Amino acid sequence: MIMDNHQKYNQVFMETFLLEESALENDPVYNTIAEWDSIGHMGMIAALEEAFDIMMETDDIVDFSSYKKGMELLAKYGIAFQ
Amino acid sequence: MTFYDDISTYSNNTAIVTEQSTQISYKTLLSLADGIGIHIKERCLVFLLCRNCLESVAGYVGILRARAVPVLITEAIDPSFLTNLMEAYHPEYVFSPTDTQKATYFGTTLYSFDNYTLAKTGYTGESQCHDQLALLLMTSGSTGSPRFVRQSYKNINSNAEAISQYLQIEAADRPITTMPMNYTYGLSIINSHLLNGASIVLTQDTLMNRKFWDLMKAHSVTTFGGVPYIYEMLKKLRFQRMDLPTLKYLTQAGGRLSPELSAQFADYCTHKSIKFIVMYGQTEATARMAYLSWEYARTKVGSVGMPIPGGNFWLEDDSGKTIVGSHRPGELVYRGDNVTMGHAENRQDLCRGDDNGGILHTGDMAQRDEDGFYYIVGRKNRFLKMFGHRVSLDEVEQLVRTVGYDCACTGVDDNLNIYVTKPDDDDKVKNLVIHRMGINQAGFSIIPIDDLPWNEAGKVMYSALN
Repeated sequence: MIMDNHQKYNQVFMETFLLEESALENDPVYNTIAEWDSIGHMGMIAALEEAFDIMMETDDIVDFSSYKKGMELLAKYGIAFQ
Repeated sequence: MTFYDDISTYSNNTAIVTEQSTQISYKTLLSLADGIGIHIKERCLVFLLCRNCLESVAGYVGILRARAVPVLITEAIDPSFLTNLMEAYHPEYVFSPTDTQKATYFGTTLYSFDNYTLAKTGYTGESQCHDQLALLLMTSGSTGSPRFVRQSYKNINSNAEAISQYLQIEAADRPITTMPMNYTYGLSIINSHLLNGASIVLTQDTLMNRKFWDLMKAHSVTTFGGVPYIYEMLKKLRFQRMDLPTLKYLTQAGGRLSPELSAQFADYCTHKSIKFIVMYGQTEATARMAYLSWEYARTKVGSVGMPIPGGNFWLEDDSGKTIVGSHRPGELVYRGDNVTMGHAENRQDLCRGDDNGGILHTGDMAQRDEDGFYYIVGRKNRFLKMFGHRVSLDEVEQLVRTVGYDCACTGVDDNLNIYVTKPDDDDKVKNLVIHRMGINQAGFSIIPIDDLPWNEAGKVMYSALN
């Protein structure tokens, strides 16, 4: 099955932070859910870089403060979400 | 006496820079500290729920100056574990953040300072803490064990002095916090800088947060420390490309950094004229036992260096005989004034004197090269460092067995393998390890297995698992 960008993005969040897909609608924020601490953040960035075959800039890694904010930031790397 | 009785000489120096960029002088810090301390009777026990903020540091200093004994605990502690600790230690007081803990839960409010409240618990008539006992720290991030390390006044003084000496800490230095103050390495940075009249930038933010870097730049930070995963983060953040002109030196401890990463950072730092200093320690040795002088970061990569000023190392073979010569592994043994008094499991243990006599068998296997540099090569006991915290493999196995599975653990630091027999519910085991052991899921894998490999003596053959 080929996943679209949105599915790939959600998959990374669900697997890294042990969330159900429905929880993503609430726009999870860094440091407010147990698994999204600095270690979880590093794991998520690594997973996104792999999933989308990109290398993120320092500024974007430290600005990646929520689920929705992340989608905005990824636009720079040519990743569009419908 | 501790150095906290003397830091008033730094009166007008800035002691603390808060997250809101407020500068607090030594004079103000001491008056805040004593404002808390005045409500506390000497030789009593105080649970201090720590956060990297002014109230928490002022509480720490105030409790020490009141000659009471602070127990440094993370504010993120699981409430049921905290209840167990209260029952085991009967602290007379609790100093905790008002916004996360209902102060009334702990007892009667005696005093409030900003976002912290000092409560009197109602435990009275407890045995007094030993004369030399300064503070208690946990040995691991595990949320199960009530075990603390007993550190004396002599321990914290001598270690802070030794650290100051080899890092050449001075009043102009300005560290930023990267670790919790209840963690031995984080606390050692606070202690050694307050000793020298330096300014500490306190933050709860991590390297993964823009606010951390903003604070660092705004306050011209000169140094910070990191456990191995912090260096993994710095690598991910492409530290080599960052512009941090005020940074003078970085330290690394809390577990072994891979020689590859260590060499990389030695190179990055050389390029930026930053000193990179690899160090080695344990909570049982207050904080620090050894350091690798920055000049050797590249040529002796992988080494923890040599003992700190005033300390000694030797290696012992299985029979306890001292190993002579180089490149022969044995258990690393340390002697120094920073070897702590021993462990505690409950309140009664706080009356105990010094159990160790200044000598610590580290449980680490090490060898020495021909120039006298020490290298950690393994561990005598079955534990791993997970993101800087010690985790006992046997403890994880026991925990998983409590929910009805058989289990065996192996792995390397930051990478724990949990073999579980026929788990019908992977998530149950996973959640248990996350919540009860406090390990991030990025650090472990659960591997289903039909049967564990047992030998004839009924012991698990761990070598057959990898």
